[in-house]
Amino acid sequence: MKCGIVVFPGSNCDHDVYHVLNHVLGQETTFLWHQETSLEGCGLVVLPGGFSYGDYLRAGSMAAHSPIMAAVRRHAEAGGRVLGICNGFQMLLETGLLPGAMRRNRDLRFLSVDVHLRVERDDLLYCSNYRRGDVLRMPVAHAEGNYVDTGEALDELERRGQVVFRYVDAAGQLEPAANLNGSERAIAGICNAGGNVLGLMPHPERCAEEMLGNRDGLGLLAGAVAAGGGRVGALAAAGG
Amino acid sequence: MRTPGSTAGEPVVDSVLAADHGLTGEEFGGLCDLLGRSPTWTELGIASALYSEHCSYKSSRIHLQRFPTRSRRVVHGPGENAGVVDVGHGWVAVFKMESHNHPSFIEPYQGAATGVGGILRDVFTMGARPIACLDSLRFGEIEGERGARMRHLVDGVVRGIGDYGNCVGIPTVGGETGFHRSYNGNILVNAFALGVCRADRIFTATASGAGNPILYAGSRTGRDGIHGATMASEAFDSESEAKRPTVQVGDPFTEKVLLEASLEAMRSGVVLGVQDMGAAGLTSSCFEMAARGGAGVEIDLDLVPLREASLTPYEIMLSESQERMVFVTQRGQEKAVVEILSRWGLEASRIGRVTDSGRARLTFRGRTVADMPVEPLVDGAPVYDRPAAPPADLRERQQAVACEPPEDPLRALVELLGTPELGDKTWIHRQYDSTVRSNTIVGPGSDAAVLRLKGTPSALALTSDVNPSYCWLDPRTGGRQAVAEAVRNLATVGAEPVGMTNCLNFGSPENPAIAWQLRECIEGMAEACRAFDVPVISGNVSLYNETEGEAVHPTPTVAIVGVIDRLEDVATEGDLHRVLGCGFWRPGDRVVLLGSDRGEYGGSAYQRLLHGVEAGRPPAVDLEAEAALCALLRQSRRAGWLSGCHDLADGGLLVALAECAMARGIGLRAAVGCGPLSLFSEGQARALVTVPASRTEDLLAAAEASEVPAREIGGVGSDRLLLDFDGGTVDSAVHDLRRVWEEALPRAVG
Repeated sequence: MKCGIVVFPGSNCDHDVYHVLNHVLGQETTFLWHQETSLEGCGLVVLPGGFSYGDYLRAGSMAAHSPIMAAVRRHAEAGGRVLGICNGFQMLLETGLLPGAMRRNRDLRFLSVDVHLRVERDDLLYCSNYRRGDVLRMPVAHAEGNYVDTGEALDELERRGQVVFRYVDAAGQLEPAANLNGSERAIAGICNAGGNVLGLMPHPERCAEEMLGNRDGLGLLAGAVAAGGGRVGALAAAGG
Repeated sequence: MRTPGSTAGEPVVDSVLAADHGLTGEEFGGLCDLLGRSPTWTELGIASALYSEHCSYKSSRIHLQRFPTRSRRVVHGPGENAGVVDVGHGWVAVFKMESHNHPSFIEPYQGAATGVGGILRDVFTMGARPIACLDSLRFGEIEGERGARMRHLVDGVVRGIGDYGNCVGIPTVGGETGFHRSYNGNILVNAFALGVCRADRIFTATASGAGNPILYAGSRTGRDGIHGATMASEAFDSESEAKRPTVQVGDPFTEKVLLEASLEAMRSGVVLGVQDMGAAGLTSSCFEMAARGGAGVEIDLDLVPLREASLTPYEIMLSESQERMVFVTQRGQEKAVVEILSRWGLEASRIGRVTDSGRARLTFRGRTVADMPVEPLVDGAPVYDRPAAPPADLRERQQAVACEPPEDPLRALVELLGTPELGDKTWIHRQYDSTVRSNTIVGPGSDAAVLRLKGTPSALALTSDVNPSYCWLDPRTGGRQAVAEAVRNLATVGAEPVGMTNCLNFGSPENPAIAWQLRECIEGMAEACRAFDVPVISGNVSLYNETEGEAVHPTPTVAIVGVIDRLEDVATEGDLHRVLGCGFWRPGDRVVLLGSDRGEYGGSAYQRLLHGVEAGRPPAVDLEAEAALCALLRQSRRAGWLSGCHDLADGGLLVALAECAMARGIGLRAAVGCGPLSLFSEGQARALVTVPASRTEDLLAAAEASEVPAREIGGVGSDRLLLDFDGGTVDSAVHDLRRVWEEALPRAVG
């Protein structure tokens, strides 16, 4: 599947995602400049991590207004795959393609550490290599990853099964101490109702190779480029 | 040609004003002779910056010549923005370390942040993409009421380093953090950056080709940081607080786009030379570029983009506003560079041109405000051979003090692990992104960080080291030890050292005792560099680190980069991360202690942290024994025998064993035939290795062949650290040790 990685001024995980998609997974991969308006026929669009526009107004907020985001929105609304990682997740919240918002981490410090995630959905393409309840280890590196929304909206998110990953301890249990950034309901990643747009704070692209001591993230990126799509539709029906 | 003159409102330059600028009467006289007249106000500012210790190395240059700077791998040694060494497969490593001590003490967040920014620019100015940072930090006492300001400094420095490096997207993969009262009035912030580049794509900061345009790119010029270089060349006093406005303000986002735009511009083929604006801003970039190219420059200061129109020529030339670069391009080709920069949202303006006059001529509003010969000001800056003499109390310092054995070695261990000095540094590391760029095989908290070099079978290893107490007790030995420990740290992961950079942090060189420390430390480092065949390829000197006459401990921070040729020799891919780390992980592995101990406690953690004594001779550094140990470690790594390795350093054997156990919560059962005091000796040239039982024979035979003492002391396993020594047993749950160790720093910083 042709993959496009959007490069914003300040993106800094663009090369890392490119490396995994192209060199590890063998996918045709291209960079898409934020001022372009075409996705060049990419099936998967990745909004990478980093500090787009320095995160100066609010993480992801300026990037959400880049020219290319109109094309990304159309792609998402037509059922195309959009994966937002870290700063990319923040952009998806800012564009409204995913619900909710981010606050500063609970202890107001940047957090660079390996966390454990529990897979809450295995009927998404992105999670097709995992099973529900699997515990993954992935690095996080962010200052604003404390997910928040109104209680009502969170209930709705849960009811529709849009919570894809939660912060847990190594045994897969919900533990306040394992939810380091303080996210509501330990939310680490969510999808839209259609299941084609996924945003998460941890970095699967940094743990996709044996050599780096952890391959837990490879399954997610492999799922993102896997052929198929039937299950995504089924999911939307179940959620609705 | 019109003679430059003063502008209305500018002070008249005389020797008193020159003295205020830090120029001695002799330096001022020399300047007047050079110009054939009195300097203008702008010229005085320029000369004072170029003659500052920070830019001219006038007190250290004579000693720095002792360093070996060549090897078959060195591509560019000292003198460029960063040094360059060949690391094989068509790649070069580009690195340097620099201090930002003075600004960080005055304004910790911005001081540390701009320290990182400056060193990153030094690396990408060479055409290299930065891939890793290290930070070597020294703070004063942080505990108790007296430590309140120090805690503020620790917090600010760590956040400043993190926010800058994280935003630019360069992983901070290691470094060191130490605490000692000698830094109470003057902390040290030494930032190191490593970049990589294809060997045929290196750029240098050279202005050449008369008529070629000079482009200014990046942030606009403001009043921040004026005279930063001069401030960094003075001791602190009660008025230093008022210098907060002279600390620069960093913008990591602009740095990131400047990095991408600069690398892209350099790939365009029309760039001839690049230089960032660091210390002394536009002054040093123009003069140094021209000097390297044997050329001159003409700059129209009206064309320099300003934050406010009211800046004077003097201020424009001395501003240290961050995130600015100068490009020299092919004549008529500057448009290509301007286009690339503007695509990244950066301003670029043509501010002047290269000439063949050998002079820097600056104009402002149609008037010549400076016209100075380049080469004599840059290369002909004064050089001093300062009087040097050992401190009066040296003999007293080195008087050995009887060291009492611990009644209970376990309690002593727990006390040591609970100090901020030896405690776990995760509180710091986890504020730094250490995995971005996805190269980090071994990150912070190990002897050496290891980064794969994508597209090659190799990896780069990097580490920084210095023991200021050793240097204070005996600077020659301390200098040798810093290099030896760094080389040993690289050997623990099987890396061959290929180049060194350093940051020499000392007090005022005008004090003969400090000048002696500087000379002796450099001499010791140079001896070790020659013994290990490690060239010094870049470096930085920071003098006048003192407040109210109290100098910091001599702190010659050393950072060395090494190469692991073939990772696949060391371990299988899946095991690399564990095997190259220093923690025990596989029960049943045998633990072998390499090297021998003579019982040395001068400057040791045991003596310093538990008994409040800093006296005697530091551990001797036997360079032959170190070289033999390092060769054995590299051989064992290449053969794939080792499942882990950790060198013995601060705290000695027992602390090293505890660190190996605490890393993954897996203990050991071992026996050493030494007394309780020896468990804390800091004898050098020692390391712990773990090997699968089937490889023990191979290792012991190789050790014997290389005349490295080796003894199998036990095996990995269980959740306890159990160590029999002569006269007793240390027995503790690893978990209990780990709790004390992990809580030490968070508790101290509150």
